[in-house]
Amino acid sequence: MGRKILFITTDQQRYDALGCNGGTIARTPNIDALSKAGITFDRAHPQNVVCMPSRSTMITGQHVSTHGVWMNGVPLPEDAPSIASDLRRAGYTTALIGKAHFEPLLDPFLRFTENRIGNQRKTIDDPADPHRGFDHMELSTHGAVGQLHYANWMRDNHREAIAGYYSVLDNELQVNAEGGGDTNAPQLKVNPIPAEWYHTNWVAQQTINWLNSLPADKDWFCWMSFPDPHHPWDPPASELHRVPWREVDLPAGYIEDKSKREKVIDDKLRHWRGWYDGTFVSNYEAPARWVPASMTADQVREVNAFTHVENELIDDAIGDVLKAINARGWSSDLDVVYTTDHGEFQGDFGLLFKGPYHVDSLMRLPLIWRPAPNAKTAPARVSAPVGLVSLAATFAHIAGIERPKYTEAPRLPTSNDDATNLGHERVLTEWDSVLFGKIVHLRTICRDNWVCTAALDGTMNKFGEGELYDLANDPLQHVNRWNDESVKALRDDLLSDLWANLPAQVLPLRNMDAPV
Amino acid sequence: MGTVRRHAFVECNADKVWSFVGAPERLHEWFPITECRVEGNKRWITLAAGIVFEEDIVTLDHDLRRFQYKIVNNSLIKFHLGTVDVIPDGDKRCLVVYSTDMEPEVLALPIAGAASLGLEKVKQMFNGK
Repeated sequence: MGRKILFITTDQQRYDALGCNGGTIARTPNIDALSKAGITFDRAHPQNVVCMPSRSTMITGQHVSTHGVWMNGVPLPEDAPSIASDLRRAGYTTALIGKAHFEPLLDPFLRFTENRIGNQRKTIDDPADPHRGFDHMELSTHGAVGQLHYANWMRDNHREAIAGYYSVLDNELQVNAEGGGDTNAPQLKVNPIPAEWYHTNWVAQQTINWLNSLPADKDWFCWMSFPDPHHPWDPPASELHRVPWREVDLPAGYIEDKSKREKVIDDKLRHWRGWYDGTFVSNYEAPARWVPASMTADQVREVNAFTHVENELIDDAIGDVLKAINARGWSSDLDVVYTTDHGEFQGDFGLLFKGPYHVDSLMRLPLIWRPAPNAKTAPARVSAPVGLVSLAATFAHIAGIERPKYTEAPRLPTSNDDATNLGHERVLTEWDSVLFGKIVHLRTICRDNWVCTAALDGTMNKFGEGELYDLANDPLQHVNRWNDESVKALRDDLLSDLWANLPAQVLPLRNMDAPV
Repeated sequence: MGTVRRHAFVECNADKVWSFVGAPERLHEWFPITECRVEGNKRWITLAAGIVFEEDIVTLDHDLRRFQYKIVNNSLIKFHLGTVDVIPDGDKRCLVVYSTDMEPEVLALPIAGAASLGLEKVKQMFNGK
């Protein structure tokens, strides 16, 4: 019998969401316990800061330039490599339960397998060669509309509760800007749904049901993928008492003084100010009709409170699943890997949501690997830069199979020394968006506690412009050092390193077939 | 306004390709839809998710090899114009272009995605024929 693998992802969660990473609002004892017994990464970055590209990196072990999912709405090809397929070939039984999002969600033609199997109420398309190597898929996303399994379950069992969720799109199919709660914050709603029907609980329960269906001696890989704490922020009303929003401190990254805030934003690449003022919306990740400059401090508090309620519910759900695994007698052989696909502004710089902004709010992620206790790996905190691009190789390592040739990064290290041995010197992140004439392209390297972002030619930025931040002395990234002569040599060295290590982009770029 | 365009070069005479692509009632043979019905200058198509679109055929120009249609009587769709052009490139090759202009703009993208599949099907059917 080999090691079992529970891969837990959340969606749009910040590094500081967790107690083990210094978070002080949400109580996350189950995740904190994984951190204490395992390896916690303090500088883990995604290879793209929106869902589809980042998730495609997780499953392929490739940078965005290689797998080609350069933006939400660009589907990962059916025949793209998948670490789940390799694990399955090695004898693992595999499942993905929760949010997949390798393929567009808005799919009226049902072109994509994720939507099609949901529509057909199946959990596998072809048992001989299952989609992306998963023997079992039960899928969900934010809310309870659409073709996926959770929406079907809600329609079948709790139809009356569906309208309690926030409507992600408005009547014109734009990302909804409608406000809610006490402060009228965008994409926020008090949801009367009972907690047991909420998608976080559904994902955990379906995971438990699947695990309980397996023979005791079966090796398994289960990707349990929570749609939260991604907006809309609409957790069950019964749970809001956990984090009263009026008692929430403003986040350190929120600059209360408007003139100071705008000065910091104006020091960055120009598209930042365009979005802050509501004049340049480059992608579908934020409501086009909402102007960030209008956000109040109380709205930031309420969004943070709702987010942390969702974080606590995720932690509770993880506790339930770990308890069920323990009851099956698998705990000693169980590896748990916990992470998210990208971060969230959550008020930093007076912004919400995400987009072409390569700062810690969106790039610094929670990442924990709790190796199987039987492997006797010493707990550690790793400060070396690592990326989600290393996940596929890590799963192969855990399963005892050779690292697949298609992967572009070594496994995650178990210590800083191990990071050096494996060559974890830098981590790279890309952004490309081309939406009805609004164009942004960014390339970013993080190395030696510096983050350097080069702009390519686009609507508002030109090649030769960029951002450079000293993470050690400017942890909130308020001071852009790009044009600082005293660090020009360092900047140029980082850029050389970036261009030398970034895989060549596969061209032509594939078509964007949906907004998300 | 969402404006998108997809195209494919087909190794076949333009008239031959147009005789198929320019037949509104044969859309389901190449475009990823489940049903297609034409009555006069009206067309109804059904998508796999069960959505039915009512369309007005506004241009069917066999000389220009241009087909244009509009989705109508749909409370969600504020504006729509779809255009299919078949443009000769010599006697044995043509360019098929599918364009959509649409409000809400967000819907133009999945239609463009479906058009890509449709054009690929046309290529498979007519290349070398």
